Amino acid sequence: MRKIWDIPGGIHPPENKRQSNATPIASVPLPEELILPLTQHIGTPALSLVAVGDHVLKGQKIAEAGGALSAALHAPSSGVVKAIEDRPSNHPSGLDAASIVIQCDGDDKWTQLTGCDNYLSLDPSELLNKIHQAGIAGLGGAGFPTAVKLQARQKIHTLIINGTECEPYITADDTLMRQHAPDIIRGSQLLAYILGATQIVIGIEDNKPEAIDTIRQAAQSAHSAIDVVDFPTKYPSGGEKQLIQILTGKEVASGNLPADMGIVVQNVGTAFAAYRAARFGEPLIQRVTTVVGESLSRQGNVQALIGTPIKHLLQAHGYQPSNNSRIIMGGPMMGFTLKCIEAPLIKTSNCVLAPSHSEMPPPSPASPCIRCGLCAEACPASLLPQQLFWYAQAENYPALTQHNLFDCIECGACSYVCPSNLPLVQYYRAAKGDIKRQQQEKEKSDLSRQRFEFRKQRLAKAEAEKEAKRLARKKAAEQAKLKLANTGDPSAENNAASNSAEATLKTHSSNEKDSRMRNLASAQQRLQNAQNKLRTAESHDETETRLSALAAAVKQAEQKLREAQAKVDASEQASDNEQQNAQQTPQQSPQQSQQQSQQRTVDSLKKRLKAAEQKLAEARTNNEASINALQLGTEKLSAKLKDAESELNHIVASAKLNEEQTLEAAPQKNAAELAIEKAQAKTGNLSAMSRGEKALAQIAALESRLQKARIKLDKAQHEQSDHVDALRNGVEKLEQKLKQAREQGS
Amino acid sequence: MLDFINQQALFSALLALGALAICFGAVLGFAAIKYKIEGDPLVAKIDELLPQTQCGQCGYPGCRPYAEAIVNGDAINKCPPGGQTTINSLANLLAVDAPSLDEEHGEVDEIKKVAFIREDECIGCTKCIQACPVDAILGAAKHMHTVIAAECTGCDLCVEPCPVDCIDMLPLQQGIDQWKWRKPSNLIASDHLPVSETSSSAAEDAA
Repeated sequence: MRKIWDIPGGIHPPENKRQSNATPIASVPLPEELILPLTQHIGTPALSLVAVGDHVLKGQKIAEAGGALSAALHAPSSGVVKAIEDRPSNHPSGLDAASIVIQCDGDDKWTQLTGCDNYLSLDPSELLNKIHQAGIAGLGGAGFPTAVKLQARQKIHTLIINGTECEPYITADDTLMRQHAPDIIRGSQLLAYILGATQIVIGIEDNKPEAIDTIRQAAQSAHSAIDVVDFPTKYPSGGEKQLIQILTGKEVASGNLPADMGIVVQNVGTAFAAYRAARFGEPLIQRVTTVVGESLSRQGNVQALIGTPIKHLLQAHGYQPSNNSRIIMGGPMMGFTLKCIEAPLIKTSNCVLAPSHSEMPPPSPASPCIRCGLCAEACPASLLPQQLFWYAQAENYPALTQHNLFDCIECGACSYVCPSNLPLVQYYRAAKGDIKRQQQEKEKSDLSRQRFEFRKQRLAKAEAEKEAKRLARKKAAEQAKLKLANTGDPSAENNAASNSAEATLKTHSSNEKDSRMRNLASAQQRLQNAQNKLRTAESHDETETRLSALAAAVKQAEQKLREAQAKVDASEQASDNEQQNAQQTPQQSPQQSQQQSQQRTVDSLKKRLKAAEQKLAEARTNNEASINALQLGTEKLSAKLKDAESELNHIVASAKLNEEQTLEAAPQKNAAELAIEKAQAKTGNLSAMSRGEKALAQIAALESRLQKARIKLDKAQHEQSDHVDALRNGVEKLEQKLKQAREQGS
Repeated sequence: MLDFINQQALFSALLALGALAICFGAVLGFAAIKYKIEGDPLVAKIDELLPQTQCGQCGYPGCRPYAEAIVNGDAINKCPPGGQTTINSLANLLAVDAPSLDEEHGEVDEIKKVAFIREDECIGCTKCIQACPVDAILGAAKHMHTVIAAECTGCDLCVEPCPVDCIDMLPLQQGIDQWKWRKPSNLIASDHLPVSETSSSAAEDAA
């Protein structure tokens, strides 16, 4: 006789098992359609292998494991894939989940299964693959993919088969053990073989004497050293960590897995399914489920196909909605209220509870916590539920983590004993969810930080490279200049050395002059080209429009040439002035330079006016025909001079005003900073405005954007750019938005 | 030696203390160089608490610059994406009272958003790529761009620069994976709610 230990806490709620364990496992008629959510297990969703309209056979794989931690999915009956869409899920959220819907054809025709008589002679990895392919996930309630659990990296010495079933009302494992004891023993041996475990212990609570007897007999007849242990009934002995403590006296450390102690726990249903998969190649397409509750006319255990709508299951048991308070998936302690009874039965559904109003009345309102400490006595994980409750109310997450919230198995013992009817477990679940979400957000924000810093580094690096290149170019240019000066005029070196400021100034102005000369040369070249073209066109008798276009081009080129010439003249003149000025004020502000350039224009205009007047006088004395034209030119020049002078005055006046502001001219900002500034100004304004003003501001903003977009569109059309369509689209959208905003505003 | 200490008690005491001072000075000096902390550790701590959307709503070009500004005495309530939670944790860290969010910098948006580019309308101008503070937009000049949703912080900065208005801010999908249990509504015995309402909120306290 194996020694058994006790767990701390625990409760003895009414068992309510007689309603369902008196009759053998029954069957349910085939439903019209089966709904198979792609996530029925812990881990990543399965990946669908079928398309809508495909015909599938019973047992055919319809979705494969979507990752390392995932399980495959099989058609529970033959039929046609009706849809792959979001359907109400068997989940506390009640949200829709991606599901494969099979319209049953009623034939229930099996696909070809490959069994194996002597499966224990196979390699463990091969058997593991069979279990993986069969899509088996823990049938006890959590739905952890079995193949993953069997691949423990640690050395496993003990396999514990969990036949405890401590939760009230549920008798699925009880009846399974009574009716399929030999298969469960074989399944246990199979799992132990895969794990390499030397010891198998089957733990059953003593409120199931028949199951204990049949399992003991089956174990004896299998001539194996399986230890069948019964122990006193107490909730929640069936918890994985609690069962280990009862059977071995060892506690699984906080944050550790049983595998770290060399122990693996599997449910009896899982052992049974694993045996069927290895022996007959049968995938997990059905399970034993307890259908119980006073609102049903017939209660008991059924062998139900995975994917059977709960509604169908209930109706087959004489469901009276009027007498039903709510539908609970799982037991009354750890189960959850089902939001929609169209949801399907999934791999982890061990019980459908449909209580009447009197059987399970709505919970009475909670009273304040009186710190009685009953919850702490009931807690099987030795936590301080009342303390966790206060912290959960205050959303003090660090304190919750310190008080080992994540060791809570959510068994509900604390809520059960609470004299104030506090929904304690709901607080813990909410807090756990919040903490997990915070962790996820933290991870995401760490990633963003990393990316942001990297971007900053990248931009700084690019900027530095540019700067380095620029400096290198400058240096090279200077050296080239120096070389030139050395070869051309040896004395220049002395000059440069003695007065470097002057030298750089010279190079600067000479650079400018060079570029202007280049411009002049290229303008001349272009003019020549244009003239040539015009000439060839004339000789080839081109069309009139072409000729006129070419003539226009020539004129333009002439104009450009004139401009270039004027610039060169101006720069020559300016360089003289600059040299004088530079020695007095080497650093010039932009205003000053503007002023100077204006001054220069005025000077040159004066000069030109003088020359023109001289010419006019000459023409008059010679009585030339061009007098009129010259007269006109002189008048124009004098008008221009006047304009330029007034402009100069204006600049001088405004220069003083603008000086400070322009001196502090902000360095060029990058796009992000500009956008931030804009967005900020916008939010700043928005917060100060009322709703109507906000709407008006929005309309105004949209209008300005629309205008901008229209200008862009015009430009694009003019240039015949490729983006015309996209831009037009954008304009139309903006127009629509504007219209909407106006409607809302009014 | 002993004679010397006996005879010159004051001098030998000074000598001993001086020797000790030199020794410890050397040790401290070495430690100061060897274990020198780069940058301001407080900035890093504050930066840790900020949501890293890099949206610039606080008026600084990113979360770290704002963290630096907080160290230099700026207000801690300028971060709308972080909301009251961030303000509270900042107040905890800096041991000051937690103010409420400064609405001037924007309002708290409970729904997380992510940028989405309508790809057939994108003209490939790269303007959004330049605006993105976390390099979450992929693309090249004259080629379609797209947003890496997992990297997007929902900061909104790419919407304005788009010349064809093809970027939408879509609310993040709330699937079963993101779902979490709600905190129970604080019912006490005096709140006598009708039966139908309590039964819907009592999802799991079936005991």
